[in-house]
Amino acid sequence: MALTLSVNGKNYTVDVEPETPLLWVIRDNIGLTGTKYGCGIARCGACTVHVDGQAVRSCSTQAAAAVGKTVTTIEGLSPDSKHPVQVAWTELDVPQCGYCQSGQIMAAAALLAKRPRPTDADIDAEMELNLCRCGTYQAIRAAVHRAAALGGAR
Amino acid sequence: MTHMDITRRAFIVATAAAGGGMMIGFSMGAGAATNINPMPWERVSDKEGQEVNAWIVIDPDGTTTIRVGQSEMGQGVFTAMPMLVAEELHVDWKMVRAEYADSNRHVRNNNLYQRMSTGGSGAVRNSRVYLQQAGASARERLKEAAAQAWSVPRDQVTAKDSVLTSGNRRGTYAEFATKAATIQLAQEPAIKQSGQFTLLGTRVARLDTPLKVNGSAIYGIDVRLPNMVYAAVKSVPTRGGSLKSFNFDAIKGRPGVIAAYKLTPNPEHPFATRIPAGVAVVADTYYRALTALNLMPIEWDMGPDANISTTEYYKQLADAVKVPGAVARNDGDAISVMKTAAKTVEGTYRTGYNAHTCMEPLNCTVAITNDRVDVWGSFQNPPGSLAVVAEHLGVQPVNVYTHTTFLGDGFGQRSRNHEVRQAAEIAKQVGNRPVKMIWTREEDTRMHTGRPASYSWLKAGLDAQGNIIAIHTRTSGHSAAAQNNPTSVANGLDAGISNGVRDHRYKIPNMLAENYIRNTNQHTQAYRAPGYEHNIWHFEQFFDEVARAAGKNPMDLRIALTADLPDWQAVLKTLKEKSGYRIDLPKGEGMGMAICESFGTIVGAVAKVTVTRRGAVTVDKVNVVLDCGNLVTPAVAEHQGQSATVYSMTDALYRELTIEKGQVVEGNFDTYPLMKISQMPVVETHFALSGGDKWGGMGEPVTPPIPAAIGNALFAATGIRVREQPASRTNLSWT
Repeated sequence: MALTLSVNGKNYTVDVEPETPLLWVIRDNIGLTGTKYGCGIARCGACTVHVDGQAVRSCSTQAAAAVGKTVTTIEGLSPDSKHPVQVAWTELDVPQCGYCQSGQIMAAAALLAKRPRPTDADIDAEMELNLCRCGTYQAIRAAVHRAAALGGAR
Repeated sequence: MTHMDITRRAFIVATAAAGGGMMIGFSMGAGAATNINPMPWERVSDKEGQEVNAWIVIDPDGTTTIRVGQSEMGQGVFTAMPMLVAEELHVDWKMVRAEYADSNRHVRNNNLYQRMSTGGSGAVRNSRVYLQQAGASARERLKEAAAQAWSVPRDQVTAKDSVLTSGNRRGTYAEFATKAATIQLAQEPAIKQSGQFTLLGTRVARLDTPLKVNGSAIYGIDVRLPNMVYAAVKSVPTRGGSLKSFNFDAIKGRPGVIAAYKLTPNPEHPFATRIPAGVAVVADTYYRALTALNLMPIEWDMGPDANISTTEYYKQLADAVKVPGAVARNDGDAISVMKTAAKTVEGTYRTGYNAHTCMEPLNCTVAITNDRVDVWGSFQNPPGSLAVVAEHLGVQPVNVYTHTTFLGDGFGQRSRNHEVRQAAEIAKQVGNRPVKMIWTREEDTRMHTGRPASYSWLKAGLDAQGNIIAIHTRTSGHSAAAQNNPTSVANGLDAGISNGVRDHRYKIPNMLAENYIRNTNQHTQAYRAPGYEHNIWHFEQFFDEVARAAGKNPMDLRIALTADLPDWQAVLKTLKEKSGYRIDLPKGEGMGMAICESFGTIVGAVAKVTVTRRGAVTVDKVNVVLDCGNLVTPAVAEHQGQSATVYSMTDALYRELTIEKGQVVEGNFDTYPLMKISQMPVVETHFALSGGDKWGGMGEPVTPPIPAAIGNALFAATGIRVREQPASRTNLSWT
């Protein structure tokens, strides 16, 4: 069936089953591949996007549930990679392989929107299910603090 | 068969120039004619750049593209490899961008790019000389071009920051690039040596970072082609089993579903790249393919190994070491001397099977057309991928074009190419449309080609003064070599089992190391420091037991037993100083250390842990000191300290694969966890570089000592020795 989704400020009408995970609609139907598949069961966070400003696991969110809401992916976080989280990530060279980083950045941006000055404990709690196999966690903590200093809740 | 709009420039992963610019993903258009362009490797650029040599292209605006023959999987080769060229080229680093070298050109031109398989921690140390040479040769040709134009001797031309000068004459590299490409030098220039570098060893921003913060970095799983279909696959859950039947009729009416295909292993294919028996469902989107596959009735024949379990296998590993084995090392006469010991110490240790668990599950995209085959993926060994596809489809290697993307981790999982053959087989059956095959996380775990299990029994003899007079070790474990190439282990020895003990550097007068190959139906492969990753857990924890039995400080004993190895002394003494290593912490807290030399690099680690009375473990801090001789990218080396900690801690503390009825039990992150940010210790990485001609590896050698350092710290905190990984299975509560 046809669903209309608002992604990064643009409307897309896609022909999918309503239960199709938002992740695969974003990747395969809309063609935005910055949002990654890692587990399909909301346990790794590689698919994190914002729905109405909240960080959600798009692999476990039905596309139909996002109709009428505002979806933001990594590609739409900023037009110029200048969101404070992206700036901090770039300054500190956070990514290694980079595969999980779209999800990490989206999770961090949502965290900072809620808590502009998060503690390490806040970061651990909010990003507990954003897994990174390369081991960028220490850099992520530092970069979240840096983004906060840059005014992360943009 | 339809042609696709895959241009000769179809897909090249490239970074932006350091100073800004755009990622060039893949461009479409131009039509079928360009598919047969004789130079499909030509670079992506709207501008006409001049190739000075196979590694270096200079655009009219001075943008300098340096080709990278190694795969970027997080370890920083997209920055380190260009630095090696740029060090000699004297290019303005802000003008440098990186792109992958073309593996088809490599194959056509007699291995032009030399080493294109990434592994063995070898990117810098195995390609440094020819990359520096490529930069130096281009620099001298640019100078010679200017010298001829200005009628001055070449030695009166200076090359710096992409500018050539002589007296008051000045010109850019771009101006002289075309002429330089035609120049023959009577003699190739010498390359710089340690102590002469100005770029290597400095802190530069990674060239790939800008692409990895906005979603534009393309991984294999992200490849999209016109008219492409998607394949989901399921393999027989018991390795060695086969497919009995599947009922496509049950799913063929589902939306988007196109076909289901039987996948059958061919015993004539090499073991490592042989595909497992399985089924692929192809649909117009991945989710439709996957949903249909999961709904399709499938019957398997579980085959001859449906009774294998890790419970039983671990007993076999422990039983194996009760009799003499193949001798991997024999210094002095450990057996006889052991009998004279005033005191002996014995210990056993075990590690389990584990999957590589790359964040990006295995995938591959294949497009077969009349005259060529194009293959996209996160390849760790692109020429190997190319060869497998050529073999499988019966086409000439020169007609196969592999397009390497960024890799969502590697760790050895992506160097085997079995998934590439699987995708080629599916594409062959699909016929006229490109197909992208993606493994689920569960498939990626259960069909792992990961870490081999290992078991060690160790015994040491001390004299009356507490000196170690003999060590005897017996290590049994799974051997990938025995599966991939049985004749290579005909003498019963596999370095993948004995690495780390066979070559440990402590001065022990009598040392005997034996090993035993015991395999199951699991398939294993290089797993970030093969052999070392398990033997250092065994040996360096045992050494801690021995030091304590001898009444000696484990740090000081290690320093004493490496007194004639200056590089080891520097690492150990730096480690002692930086970590504040001590053995007198209150109960519930502990520090532990371990050290290992592998891939040419010495790495020492000290871990500090806290264990609650109820046995809850926190790793507070890890100090790493390393000596790789010379360093190209210090920031990346520091990241490797953190990376190795996370990678090895995950196995040491949190997870293990269980085999029951010949099948892997765990599947996704709910049952098979990765370490989380909340579990991350503070990691400090320090350098004790010995310089000179020593160039050690970086991707693997930091991993081996960290689990043993943690194990030793856990003992220091609790008095309980963790003998099996993961440590979560050991009750560490104390009173």
